[in-house]
Amino acid sequence: MCSRSLSLVLCGVGCLATACAGDSARRVFRVCADPNNLPFSNQRQEGFENRIAAVIAADFDARLEYTWFPQRRGFVRHTLRAGLCDAVIGVPDRFGLTATTRPYYRSTYVFVTRRDSSIHLQSLDDAALRNLTIGVHLIGDDYANPPPMHALARRNIIHNVAGYTIYGDYSQPNPPARLIEAVANREVDVAIVWGPLAGYFATRQSVPLQITAVSPEIDEPAIPLAFSIALGVRKGDEVLRAELDGVLDRRSAEIASILTEYGVPVRPLSATVATAAGGGGN
Amino acid sequence: MRRRRTSATLLCSVALCISAAGCRDATERRDNGAARPSGGVAPIVASTAQPDDGQWLMAPKDYGNNRFSGLDQINAGNVANLRVAWTFSTGVLRGHEAAPLVVGDTMYFVTPYPNILSAIDLNRGGEKKWEYRPQPSSASQGVACCDVVNRGAAYWEGKIIYNTLDAHTVAVDAQSGKELWKTKLGEINRGETITMAPIVVKGKVLVGNSGGEFGVRGWITAVDAGSGKIAWRAYNTGPDADVLIGPRFQPFYLRDRGKDLGVTTWPRDHWKIGGGSVWGWISYDPELNLIYHGTGNPGPWNPEIRPGENKWTAAIFARDPDNGEAIWAYQWSPHDLYDYDGINENILLDLPINGQTRKVLVRPERNGYMYVMDRKTGEVLSADPYAYNTTSKGFDLQSGKVIENKEKATGFGKVAREICPSAPGAKDWQPASWSPRTRLLYVPHNNLCMDMEGLDANYIAGTPYVGASVKMYAGPGGHRGEFTAWDPVQRKKIWSIREKFPAWSGALATAGDIVFYGTMDRFFKAVDAKTGHLLWQYRTGSGIISQPISFKGPDGKQYIAVADGVGGWAGAIVAGSLDPRDETSALGFVGAMQDLPQHTNNGGAIYVFALP
Repeated sequence: MCSRSLSLVLCGVGCLATACAGDSARRVFRVCADPNNLPFSNQRQEGFENRIAAVIAADFDARLEYTWFPQRRGFVRHTLRAGLCDAVIGVPDRFGLTATTRPYYRSTYVFVTRRDSSIHLQSLDDAALRNLTIGVHLIGDDYANPPPMHALARRNIIHNVAGYTIYGDYSQPNPPARLIEAVANREVDVAIVWGPLAGYFATRQSVPLQITAVSPEIDEPAIPLAFSIALGVRKGDEVLRAELDGVLDRRSAEIASILTEYGVPVRPLSATVATAAGGGGN
Repeated sequence: MRRRRTSATLLCSVALCISAAGCRDATERRDNGAARPSGGVAPIVASTAQPDDGQWLMAPKDYGNNRFSGLDQINAGNVANLRVAWTFSTGVLRGHEAAPLVVGDTMYFVTPYPNILSAIDLNRGGEKKWEYRPQPSSASQGVACCDVVNRGAAYWEGKIIYNTLDAHTVAVDAQSGKELWKTKLGEINRGETITMAPIVVKGKVLVGNSGGEFGVRGWITAVDAGSGKIAWRAYNTGPDADVLIGPRFQPFYLRDRGKDLGVTTWPRDHWKIGGGSVWGWISYDPELNLIYHGTGNPGPWNPEIRPGENKWTAAIFARDPDNGEAIWAYQWSPHDLYDYDGINENILLDLPINGQTRKVLVRPERNGYMYVMDRKTGEVLSADPYAYNTTSKGFDLQSGKVIENKEKATGFGKVAREICPSAPGAKDWQPASWSPRTRLLYVPHNNLCMDMEGLDANYIAGTPYVGASVKMYAGPGGHRGEFTAWDPVQRKKIWSIREKFPAWSGALATAGDIVFYGTMDRFFKAVDAKTGHLLWQYRTGSGIISQPISFKGPDGKQYIAVADGVGGWAGAIVAGSLDPRDETSALGFVGAMQDLPQHTNNGGAIYVFALP
C-alpha cells in the first residue's frame, strides 16, 4: 500500500506535466494528501478533505491534482515545501510549518464508548476513568503525543491505559481507525480520540457507539483538547492564501454540509475556554 | 556448492594480487574460509604484536570494535604529505555514515537510501567494477527518523552483506555483484527500518531494527550467512521467553534479576510498543563466546506514563551468538527521560585494573559517562563523566547507577533548561577508536545542551498533537563538538580538540601514531595520537559524518579512505533542506545547527589518500 502510494507520487507529477501541456489554459489546483487515512483522504478520494479540495477546485474552475504521501513526520517537507503541491487541506490553525488560511472548522477530542455499556463520560476528571480500560493514540518520543495522553498522565491515570500507535500498520486501510474498532470489539472500555476520526468510524462498527466531547477544552497547564483546522499553503504564498480565504467565505455552507455528512463533531470556531465546559460534541 | 566455489575463486584472486605485499598469511584463512576475517584466529583486541593484513572487512574493522589500523607507513612525520589518490562520487546526496570495506583488491561502499553497493577496483586506481541496487521501497524514507543513513556492510565468505532501509538484509557475491539472498527482517508499514552495520559471527549475520520513534518493539536477529534464513530473534522488551532470558542469565546487579522484568517494569502491555531498538554497534568476544549490543530509548510513551525502569531499553546485553540467549544485561539509563539511546559501541580491551589484567568493555555512553565494565559479568568497574553533564550528579559504583539530578528531570509542560547532554547525548552513534600503542581511546563527541520549554502543536495522520518544544545549543565553551583522547585506566581526559560542530564522524587510530576524523564543516583531519596536535587536514566537498578506514593497496602502499556527505540527525538541516528558522525541527537539533548551511552543501563521495 505504502509503496504503491509512493509510486503514485511520481506518477502524479508526471501526469501533471503532460496534462499541463495539453490543457494549458486551465488552472490546476495541486493538493498533497495521505492516500490511506479516512475520513480525511484516500487515493480513491473518498475523504472529506478530498471533497473540500474538489469544492475549492470547482470554485477556481481548476483541475484538481494530487500528490499522495503518508502524513507523517516530514510530510510538509517532502510535499508542500518540495513544491509538489500548493495546498494541504487540513492543518492546525497557525501551524508552524505552513502559512494557514482562516480556520474553517473546529473539532475536539471525544470519548468513544459502546452504547450498550453503562459508561457515560463527559470530563477527563470523571473518577470512573480510573477503573476503565482507556485506549489512546500514541505519536512518538520527546513528549510528542495526543493531548489525552498528556491529560491522563497528569491525573496519574496510567496502568489502565492502552496505546495504539497513530502510524499503526500502514498496509491496512486507515490505520488510526484501529482505536475506534478496539472499543467496538471490547479491547478497551473507552477510547479518547480526535473528533473527525471518531465521528466517522463510530457509525461504521458492528455495534452502536457513542461519542461525547471531552472537557475541559483546555487542560492544565495549557493542553488544548480542541483544535481549529485551516488550509495550509507554503509560507510566503500570500496570493493563494488570500484566494483560499475567499473560497472558504463563498463556500462555507457546502463545506459545513460535507463535515456534517462525515460526522465531524464541530465546535463553534469562536470557542474559548469559557464556553468549553460540558456539552456533547455529537 | 556454487557459492563455495565463488568464494574460493575470490580467495585465489586475493592471494594472487597481494602476494607482492607479502604480509598476508594464508594459514589465517583456513579457519573459516573467509579472506582473513577477524573471527576465529584473529585477535579481538588490537595488539601491536599482530600484523595488520591491510584489509577492512567489517565497519568496526574488528570484533572488538577497536578500529585500529596496524599500518604504519603513514606516520606523524610524513602525514603532512598526504595527497588525494582518487575520489569516487556515490551519486547520492543524503547523509553518508558508512565505512568503506576493503577485501583483497576491491573496495565496497554502501550509500544511504537507495543503499547502492559499489565495488571499486584498487588495482586500477579506483575504477568502478560494478554496482548493485537493492531497490528498497521508497516508502521507507518516510519511516526513517533521522535521515536515511546506512552505517556499512560486512564481508563473509565471498559475500558482501548489509541492510537496506526497508528492513531487509542482502548478501551480494563479492566478485560478481550478483544478489545471493535477500531476507525481509522487519516491516516498514509498522515503522521498522534498518540502518545499522551488521557483523557476522560464526556464520550468523547479526542485525537489529531502528524505529524507536514509531513505536516499534526492538529486536536483534541472527540470519544464516549461507542461506539467508533467520536463525534466532531476541526482543528487548517483553517476557523472558521473547527476550531469550533463561537459566544462564546472570546479570551483575540485583535490580536486573527477576522473572519477566521486560513486562513488569512497564505499566500493563506498554512493552509491546516500548522501543529498545538495536541500531548501533555489535562486538564479539570469541573466547567468552559472547556478543555485546546496546538497546535504544523507550518509546513512544511519555516518561510519566511509563513509570518503572522500562526494561530492557537504554541497556546493553551480552548474548550467546549461537542461540541469542541472554547472559547478562545492564541498563545505562533506566526509565530514560532524555532520549539517551543506549546503542553506542562497546570496545573490547584487556586492561590492567587494580594490578590485574581484566577483560573489559569500554563504553563512551550517550548519558555522558565513560564506562569500564567487566565483560564477563557485567560489573561496572568505573564510570566517569567525559563531557559536561547536568542530568546527573555522579556515579554510584555500589549500586552501579548514575545519580540522577532531579532538578533536570523533564516533565510534560514543565520548563527544564540546560539539560546536558542533550538528546543526542554526550556522544551519539559516531564510533571511537582505540590505539594499543598509546593506550588511549579517541572519542568524537558532542558538546550540546537543550532546553525543553513550552508546547508545540503538530499534526500527524490527521490528528493534532502536542509536544515539548526542544531547543539544542552549544554547551560550555560555545563549541558544539569535541574530539577527546581518553585514558580508561587513569580514567581521565588526556587531550581534547574543540570543534565548531558536533564531531559526528567515526575515529581511526593507526600504528603511525596518528588519528583521523572528519568534521561537519568539511575538514578531514590527522592529529598526533599522543598530543592531539593537528598534523594535516584536507577540505572535502561536503561535511563528513562517516567512518574513516585505512588499508594496504595491491601496490603495497598504505591508504586512508573516508566518505563525505553531510546529513544524519545532526546534519538534517542540510540533507533534509530544513528551515533554519524552525529551531525545533529535527527534534530540536536544527536550533543548534542553523549555521551549518553556511559551511557545507550536501554531497557524497569517497576520498582515498596516500603518500606521494
